[in-house]
Amino acid sequence: MDLASLLQFLASGLTVGSTYGLAALGFTIIFNTTGIINFAQGEFVMLGGILAVVFMHWLDPGLPAAILLAVVATTLVGLLMERLTIRPVRNASAINLIIVTIGVSITIRGLVMLFWGKDTYVLPAFSGMAPIHLLGATIIPQSLWILGIAVVVLALLKGFFSRTIFGRAMLACSFEPRAARLVGISVERMVMASFMLSAFVGAVGGVILTPLTMTSYDVGVLLGMKGFAACILGGLGNPFGAAAGGLILGILEAFGAGLVSSAYKDAIAFVVILGILLWKPSGLFGVPDTERV
Amino acid sequence: MSPDNVALHCRNLSVRFGGVMALCDVDFRVVQGTITALIGPNGAGKTTLLNVVSGLVECCSGTVGLLGQDMTRVPAWARAQAGVVRTFQNLEVFTTMSVLENVMTGAHRDVRYGVLGALFKTPRYFLEERRCRALAEEKLEFVGLFAERSLPAWELPYGRQRLLELARALAAQPQILLLDEPAAGLNTRETQALAGLIRRIRDELNITVAIVEHDMELIMRISDAVTVLHFGQVIASGAPFEIQKNPEVIAAYLGEDAR
Amino acid sequence: MSSTLRQLTPVAAFFLLVLATPFLLRHDYYYLSILTMAGIFAIIVLGLNLLLGFAGQISLGHGALFGIAAYTTAVLTGTYGLPLAVGAVSGVGLTALVAMLIGMPVLKLKGYYLAMATLGFGLIVYIFFNEAIGLTGGPSGFVGIPVLEVFGFVFDSDLSYFYLVWSMVAVALLTSLNLIHSKYGRALMALHISETAAQSMGINIARHKLFVFVLSSVYAGIAGVLYAHYLNFVAPSSFGFHFSVQLITMVVLGGMASLWGGIAGAVFLTVMPEFLRFYENLEVIIYGLILILCMMFLPKGLAGGVCKLLSNVRRRFGREP
Ligand SMILES: Nc1ncnc2c1ncn2[C@@H]1O[C@H](COP(=O)(O)OP(=O)(O)OP(=O)(O)O)[C@@H](O)[C@H]1O
Ligand SMILES: [Mg+2]
Repeated sequence: MDLASLLQFLASGLTVGSTYGLAALGFTIIFNTTGIINFAQGEFVMLGGILAVVFMHWLDPGLPAAILLAVVATTLVGLLMERLTIRPVRNASAINLIIVTIGVSITIRGLVMLFWGKDTYVLPAFSGMAPIHLLGATIIPQSLWILGIAVVVLALLKGFFSRTIFGRAMLACSFEPRAARLVGISVERMVMASFMLSAFVGAVGGVILTPLTMTSYDVGVLLGMKGFAACILGGLGNPFGAAAGGLILGILEAFGAGLVSSAYKDAIAFVVILGILLWKPSGLFGVPDTERV
Repeated sequence: MSPDNVALHCRNLSVRFGGVMALCDVDFRVVQGTITALIGPNGAGKTTLLNVVSGLVECCSGTVGLLGQDMTRVPAWARAQAGVVRTFQNLEVFTTMSVLENVMTGAHRDVRYGVLGALFKTPRYFLEERRCRALAEEKLEFVGLFAERSLPAWELPYGRQRLLELARALAAQPQILLLDEPAAGLNTRETQALAGLIRRIRDELNITVAIVEHDMELIMRISDAVTVLHFGQVIASGAPFEIQKNPEVIAAYLGEDAR
Repeated sequence: MSSTLRQLTPVAAFFLLVLATPFLLRHDYYYLSILTMAGIFAIIVLGLNLLLGFAGQISLGHGALFGIAAYTTAVLTGTYGLPLAVGAVSGVGLTALVAMLIGMPVLKLKGYYLAMATLGFGLIVYIFFNEAIGLTGGPSGFVGIPVLEVFGFVFDSDLSYFYLVWSMVAVALLTSLNLIHSKYGRALMALHISETAAQSMGINIARHKLFVFVLSSVYAGIAGVLYAHYLNFVAPSSFGFHFSVQLITMVVLGGMASLWGGIAGAVFLTVMPEFLRFYENLEVIIYGLILILCMMFLPKGLAGGVCKLLSNVRRRFGREP
């Protein structure tokens, strides 16, 4: 394999991988406050992209404003979801809540289908489509936007989780709900914040990916699945692991598609993930859970 | 090789959790047919030692000899099947099952029918289930829980759940029984009754007992031998009256009080 | 024995209901065929309930296991023209074998990690169904699966297939009920609640998990064979991630650890969309909302809801439960 194609695979892997990473972060944030996996996470990603398109066509406020509106609207969907479907039954068992999130994801998909049909939509690239040539590899400017924005979001989240008390409490919440309460922050508010935050992160991922891959009502399913895979691969509950897991998954797919076949790229990626899980049952950066007796 | 009458013989056991040396070069012997106590201040490593003996925690070094065999590498379930059964300090009752089912689960290895027998309820199934139920009821009778047999286990008060664990362990028909603080949370009267029970387990059921306990009065009353752990090390072992007078042991416990 | 009687009453009622259903539906073949599908799903759900509800181990790979059996019998009887018995037995057998090979390493994982691993397995199988075009016919599906024939009796009518499927449901139900009242059922529930305590009672947890995983795959395999020979056509999209999630939903919606509930969940989630067809564009939304509301207001599933209702009725009429 020559340097050019290596670079090419790496670039496309990192590009797709950072959106997986953002979806994975969304899973992690909600998992940390509630202990559940939110099956509607992929729908947040889908909403980010599709709402941006909708606002573009509907209000025509210019791309940046449309993006902003889409992200804000999706964040509000996260809030609504928590208020209407999670908070009223917050003491239910994890599996019940997970089924509720499945119901929410189906409903969101149904609503999008009702309003905007099953068509595929495009969003203009943030800064043109003229490819950049680098050491023989071709990189689309949008890739750089995706990487850059993902890095910024990650840095902001890192700051939030390590510098602010609220952020730290959110990280610790599902492991030590009592400790979180001791710092004087209500778990309820944290759960609400986590749904908004992960909807936000998902929407950002959706918005930056859409110019590259287009969008339709059902793209959330696959993106959600990849995000889940990424956060498990990195070790559930660890935001850094989630982001890393996303990048690894993206790179695995890019190389699998480039070197073997694009039909089997998902299969290759998942075989590797299975291998890693059997080697490290709590993911790459997860803490092995030890039962004390 | 340990002499025939040693039921449990741990040699040079060491266990490390991260930076904590939970057990350090520990030797622990339990002679067949005795009640042997394991005492020590909080965090001394008593539970860890029982975990190593029952196979729930792997030791970094050392050997575990049980019933004349080296079982250091034998998995927990196989040790239980070989006759080493335990109870837990922080109750591990099967909460959603009934009291009787809990105890019947204890008799798991003794119930002899295969998967097909279970799926199609062969005559063998009925025979064995009846036997298992009778055994479980007998053990419930023994600990005095017979009347509560059809309650769901989580409905039992804490002290009764301890007895349930005891009955469940007995239903496995062990040769060695490991008890981790069986009197914790019991009142004086219940503790009295427990002392009698443990003696009867040794005398009537011929089971060798290793018991971890904080209640000194109970220990002194029922045990034949005592081993004292302190910060993961054995600081004394011998007959109860010797231990009571051992200056090092007294210092360890006083140190604990002073803390 | 009054306890046996109490166990037998619902079973007898169930049999009567199954027998009577075609007459109640006035032999409306459309509804009969939907209920036949529901029965096929109920068989998988019964096995999955043993795995998830009783042993507490999740699988998002049961859609794939179901598909392996369906494709195996399809290929053997359809492509190679082997006898139906060979197809059926190999279908179930291969499914169990695959489950065993996958289960051995994967069941060491816990919770979400197990979910991920089984999801990955399902996805890999799904991709295989799509890509191995020479064998499976690829995304457009496999056509020409022969009609089921047992000892010269041809199951080519909806009515006969309905009875066939639902008698298999009955077999699956009875064997599952028997299993949970045996030492194996106790062991599964025990390891669900505390693996530590279970192994300290001499229960080999790895073996029991593998056992229930393989057993549930046998149920899925039987369902797969019935499915293939009923539709005479299979396509990968029936065995994907969506279907695996739907199976889990059937278990939870019906009521975890309630075998009766599982059947109810399978029937409910299969029949409901047929009624929602009427609403066209709103179908998906209503489906999602019903799912949300059921889970919010029936935490113990349909089974739990019915139990509560029954005990309320009993109290109303002043009878001791
Ligand atoms: N799984 C574990 N991981 C990390 N540290 C552990 C673990 N289990 C025990 N320890 C540590 O090992 C030491 C010994 O613990 P152990 O539970 O054996 O004490 P103990 O004598 O049973 O105390 P107690 O009387 O309070 O029950 C303690 O410092 C404890 O914190
Ligand atoms: Mg202890």
